[in-house]
Amino acid sequence: MNMTMHSRWPANTARTWKKCLLALAASLAIGSAQAAEVNTTGLAVTDTTVKVGILHSVTGTMSISETGSVQAEKLAIEQINAMGGVLGRKIEFIQEDGASDWPTFAEKSKKLLVNDKVAAVFGCWTSASRKAVLPIFEQYNGMLYYPTFYEGLEQSPNVIYTGQEATQQIIAGIDWVTKTKGAKSFYLLGSDYIWPRTSNKIARKHIEKLGLSVVGEEYYPLGHTQFNSVINKIKLKKPDVIYAIVVGGSNVAFYKQLKAAGIDMTKEKPLVLTISVTEDEILGIGGENMVGAYAAMKYFQSLPNENNKKFVADFKAMWGKDIVIGDVTQAAYLGPWLWKAAVEKAGSFDIDKVRAASPGIELTTAPEGYVKVHPNHHLWSKTRIGHARTDGQYDVVFETKELIEPDPFPKGYQ
Amino acid sequence: MFAEYSSSELLSIFAMQGVAGLILFSVFVLMALGLAIIFGQMGVINMAHGEFMILGAYVTYLTSNVFSTYLPDFFSIYFILAMILAFITAGALGALVEWAMIRHLYHRPLDTLLATWGLSLILQQTYRTVFGPREVGVTLPDWLMGSYQLTETIELPINGLFVMCLALGISLAVALLMYRSRWGTQVRAVVQNRPMAGAVGINTGKVDRITFALGCGIAGVAGSAFTMIGSTGPTSGQLYIVDTFLVVVFGGASSLLGTIASAFSISQAQSTMEFFMSGSMSKVLTLLFVVLILMLRPQGLFTLKVRR
Repeated sequence: MNMTMHSRWPANTARTWKKCLLALAASLAIGSAQAAEVNTTGLAVTDTTVKVGILHSVTGTMSISETGSVQAEKLAIEQINAMGGVLGRKIEFIQEDGASDWPTFAEKSKKLLVNDKVAAVFGCWTSASRKAVLPIFEQYNGMLYYPTFYEGLEQSPNVIYTGQEATQQIIAGIDWVTKTKGAKSFYLLGSDYIWPRTSNKIARKHIEKLGLSVVGEEYYPLGHTQFNSVINKIKLKKPDVIYAIVVGGSNVAFYKQLKAAGIDMTKEKPLVLTISVTEDEILGIGGENMVGAYAAMKYFQSLPNENNKKFVADFKAMWGKDIVIGDVTQAAYLGPWLWKAAVEKAGSFDIDKVRAASPGIELTTAPEGYVKVHPNHHLWSKTRIGHARTDGQYDVVFETKELIEPDPFPKGYQ
Repeated sequence: MFAEYSSSELLSIFAMQGVAGLILFSVFVLMALGLAIIFGQMGVINMAHGEFMILGAYVTYLTSNVFSTYLPDFFSIYFILAMILAFITAGALGALVEWAMIRHLYHRPLDTLLATWGLSLILQQTYRTVFGPREVGVTLPDWLMGSYQLTETIELPINGLFVMCLALGISLAVALLMYRSRWGTQVRAVVQNRPMAGAVGINTGKVDRITFALGCGIAGVAGSAFTMIGSTGPTSGQLYIVDTFLVVVFGGASSLLGTIASAFSISQAQSTMEFFMSGSMSKVLTLLFVVLILMLRPQGLFTLKVRR
């Protein structure tokens, strides 16, 4: 008996089938070659859409600060989509809630990168949340656009830092208060986690380098609400400047109790200089409790340039006329625009290509004026000093003449 | 550490520190008294206690808005009215919660824990939906701001004094209610021996409901007072709940005097240690101190001596 296997199909049908399959394969190859250029790593990109992630706390003690970032990122995404999207694709965002809990941030970032395969994530606020998600972004090769001013000492290939790092924010602020206000003694105060501690370390080194003195340094847990003891200590030590890095809900308690203890910040004895209170926090604190304090930031809602006037108008049109916009909110707004510019320069959504295209990207339409991405993934920016008013806004009293180069690993400060 | 101060300065240091300690003590008493009544007298673990406090704070916020929009001339007295409203609102919500949910769970303490935890989540989300996720600022009347200059170096914050007087007033009121009124006798009878109390004709259900409502009402007044010193947001209640339970359990759950004694010891320990070391370290040591004492005396500082 003949044991050879005969094809089930008559010969010419088999040939037709083969031709069809070949044609199909060829068209797929050509089609995916075109899609393959923009997405070779399997990100959630189709011919008409691209998915990104938004990861902030909308619940918990940090929600007072992070809500603004979410609003800014959504505004930027809507404006980009109205202009045609990125590489012709509309941006769809997947929003997750970090709930002011760092392990939750880590878990949600893994979900966004591994399950949803987003092309970029705009998120985090506290350094603790960023440190929690960093190993995940580095392991799964994601790209995080991180908006908060922070302590530096980090430079990850998987993060673009759209907020200032410590030398840009802290050093300029201390230089201003010593030159302009003749301050000689400082009392350092902060919430107890990595950003205030590292920032105060940098501040202390700089203050001592200038030959001035630090008369006290205190930390309180996040969420702490009783500051009477430390206010007593401050009154007794009589520093020229209270350098306050209190974060989140504790801000409300601290400034209310400071005022109740009879310290009038408008008298500037002592002067209060903060790097952690933006217009968002003043909403909860109350303008009348904050008036007279100084803040060192790169952006204030009251900046008088044309870009900012348009940005504030668009923001209020989307989120309500009573909305306020702080430094981190503006930095969050820059994230989607910087990502779009990098993707279009690279011609691809691939993280490695976006990373290679990012250094040198400039934004002249930024509400803060002008920013440029540095090869160390931070932004060149100016620093301003604001003086808090009773209506919850800041008067800008000083602006550095030049853009400050970001230096996350300053020599002599570690 | 004290070398650089003169003796008069040292005196004022200690005086101001003592005042700060007393203010903290009053805050703890206000927080814990409501919970002590509920947990102590009824054995109900109310995990939503912080949210009742925040309800009082939100009522204060609404009252302040209404007054500043419609009755600006009377703005200075709105705070007293706000506290009364906070008491009524929180008490009413407490009575409703007791009738709808708690009374079915009296014999199941772990289930009340879970149920009240769920209630706290529901209330938090309700606040978030109604008032927004961000914190709201409550404007205080002028007479409550600033401080009173006792001597050249000693300053007493006025809202701290207000909180102290409020705590004193409420403690006295509760003590009078518990030990001098007919209703108080009924509550104590129910606590000591519920079946017997029922047998002699006390309406235990009604007593429970009014007790729960009173505890929640006091929480509302505490929350209203706290708008002066802290933040008012959907999750602000969580900032207080741990310390509150600490004070109540440490004092001995069934004793109001124990609550006051434990509030005093914890607050003094914490504020004294805060002066000499950092805030986090003092909290750690205070908690260690509480853990050690509870290990040696698990029933708390003061207990009810009852033959069961």
